[in-house]
Amino acid sequence: MNIKMMHQSNMAIAINNLEFSWSKEDPPTLLIDNFQVSSGERVFIKGPSGSGKSTLLNLLGGVMTPQRGEIRVLNRVINHLRGADRDTFRADHIGFIFQMFNLIPYLSVVENVLLPLYFSAARRNRVLQRGTALQEATRLLAHLDLDEHELQQRAVTALSTGQQQRVAAARALIGAPEIIIADEPTSSLDADRRGAFIQLLVNECATAGSTLLFVSHDSSLESAFDRTITLCQLNRAASRKQLASIGA
Amino acid sequence: MTLIQLILKSILNRKFTVSLTVLTIALSVTLLLGVERLRTESRTSFANTLSGTDLVVGARSGAIQLLLYSIFRMGDATNNVSWQSYQTIINDPRVAWAVPLTLGDSHHGFRVMGTTVSYFTHYRYGGDHALRFTSGAPFSQLYDAVLGSDVAATLGYTLGEEIVIAHGSGNMTLFKHDNKPFTVVGILAKTGTPVDQTVHVTLEGIEAIHVDWQSGSRPLPGLEVSAQQAAQRDLTPRSITAILLGVKAKTTTFKLQRFINEYPQEPLLAILPGVALQALWEMIGVAERALIAISLFVVMVGLTSMVAIIITSLGERRREMAILRSVGARPAHIILLIVGESFALALSGALFGVLLLYALLLVAQPLMAAQLGIYIAIGWPTSAEWQLLGAVLGAGLGVGFVPAYRAYRYSLADGMTIRL
Repeated sequence: MNIKMMHQSNMAIAINNLEFSWSKEDPPTLLIDNFQVSSGERVFIKGPSGSGKSTLLNLLGGVMTPQRGEIRVLNRVINHLRGADRDTFRADHIGFIFQMFNLIPYLSVVENVLLPLYFSAARRNRVLQRGTALQEATRLLAHLDLDEHELQQRAVTALSTGQQQRVAAARALIGAPEIIIADEPTSSLDADRRGAFIQLLVNECATAGSTLLFVSHDSSLESAFDRTITLCQLNRAASRKQLASIGA
Repeated sequence: MTLIQLILKSILNRKFTVSLTVLTIALSVTLLLGVERLRTESRTSFANTLSGTDLVVGARSGAIQLLLYSIFRMGDATNNVSWQSYQTIINDPRVAWAVPLTLGDSHHGFRVMGTTVSYFTHYRYGGDHALRFTSGAPFSQLYDAVLGSDVAATLGYTLGEEIVIAHGSGNMTLFKHDNKPFTVVGILAKTGTPVDQTVHVTLEGIEAIHVDWQSGSRPLPGLEVSAQQAAQRDLTPRSITAILLGVKAKTTTFKLQRFINEYPQEPLLAILPGVALQALWEMIGVAERALIAISLFVVMVGLTSMVAIIITSLGERRREMAILRSVGARPAHIILLIVGESFALALSGALFGVLLLYALLLVAQPLMAAQLGIYIAIGWPTSAEWQLLGAVLGAGLGVGFVPAYRAYRYSLADGMTIRL
């Protein structure tokens, strides 16, 4: 009992008996009996499109709620929180990086990086303990090889895709949220830039002590992570669908 | 980074479409406020067609009819006021001054009015403006005439011009008083009142040109009386058309009015010009109400096009919403972002609209004063204008909820998933 509680408290994410469907008539999109990620772990989630990947990320972010089961993030059952509280929780504890077009086009590089601090007082305070927000943004950008001042003031639309993804990474990392979720962040990058980007991301997460969930369909990237989860196996709804398609 | 900065940066990112929207709103606001100001000014100007006169007296008819023929020179009097009654009224101790008016003849379609020199001192318009001469002076001789500014401008008359008065009103009069021409001795400045379209002559002059006329028709050959002979006769009129009255003490106005209305010797009517002018404006003011309604519709068109433009932009901005959601924005933030944009556009539209209005007023003010005699004051917006501006801003804020609700639905459906 005690051991189990200890174990629980070290969990960044714990999902139990989760069921989600878009509407009552539709069959469930996501059926996950049990899924756990320890604090500080770097997990590679292999998920082709149609495996329920986007749904899982929206559920973890608290943007959507499941019909059944519980989603525990940092020991809070987030699907029992009110909508506004889920939004605050996401802002405080999770940084997201998406496939592409991650940035707000009318904000500068630095403004994009600073954006989460507006929505999260917790992350803002964490940054301000160490200096100014601008210093922290500059530091993160420098760590991600974007240290030219001129680059940081440039319109984000003038950046290359690789640079844009690194700005998105800096935005996810600012204020050191406990969890970083990256959804196919490298799919728009060249093969040789992919490895470098992942290395930077992994290093930054390690420095901040953040848990990293990295979602991709590209198995060649697995090696940089502690373990690999195949979403099609984890999600009974997707494996059921797969079986059905094989049967047909 | 505050939400307001976010809204402004987002707007600046779409400068071109946004500036067109702001321009649309600005133009509609200019129209609305312009019409509002013009109608207020023209109503004031109308109400001030005659000021300083306490009572207008004529033969008994309707108040508006009396006002129309005596002040606006429209239509004809059904009856006259006898000279005896006029004498009784001007000798009443409550009366400070009285100006007799005689109408009935015309010159090239402009009404000719017989009066006395006191007309030029007692007639007041537009608050407390007295008649002013651009050239010449009031009449001093029997056959002198003073022209309203439109008469002089239209007919191209200058001082010294000899004019012949036609019998009766209208352009197509058959008979002319061509043996007794009048000489132009004065031209009045523009007033924006019917005075501009009036030829003023002496009361006795009117009497003189009719001295040889029998029951309204031209004298038979041989019975004509020359201008010089006429001047020798007693030219005291037997009757006049109307009287403008000023009282010594305002408190006696109503008593004097009742006295005249109940005058036993002759059926007379005394009216308060301000009240009659208001009543007349109520009748002809339909057009101004239609104008303000039209300009309100134009503002609605402006705001509707703004909503359309914001809704169109939402398609492209779904990704932006998803990104904002992923960094922690609540659906309420999304709503505020869109409503804020709508309000900001309405606000800048209103602001530019007001600036444009003042720019136009600066240009138009001297022209309006010279051409129409309407003086438009350039001051702070009136409370009615503030109310209209407030209504525009309120509507801008209100209609913002239409696209905001759409954006809210989108963001709930999309979540953080960026759909392309």
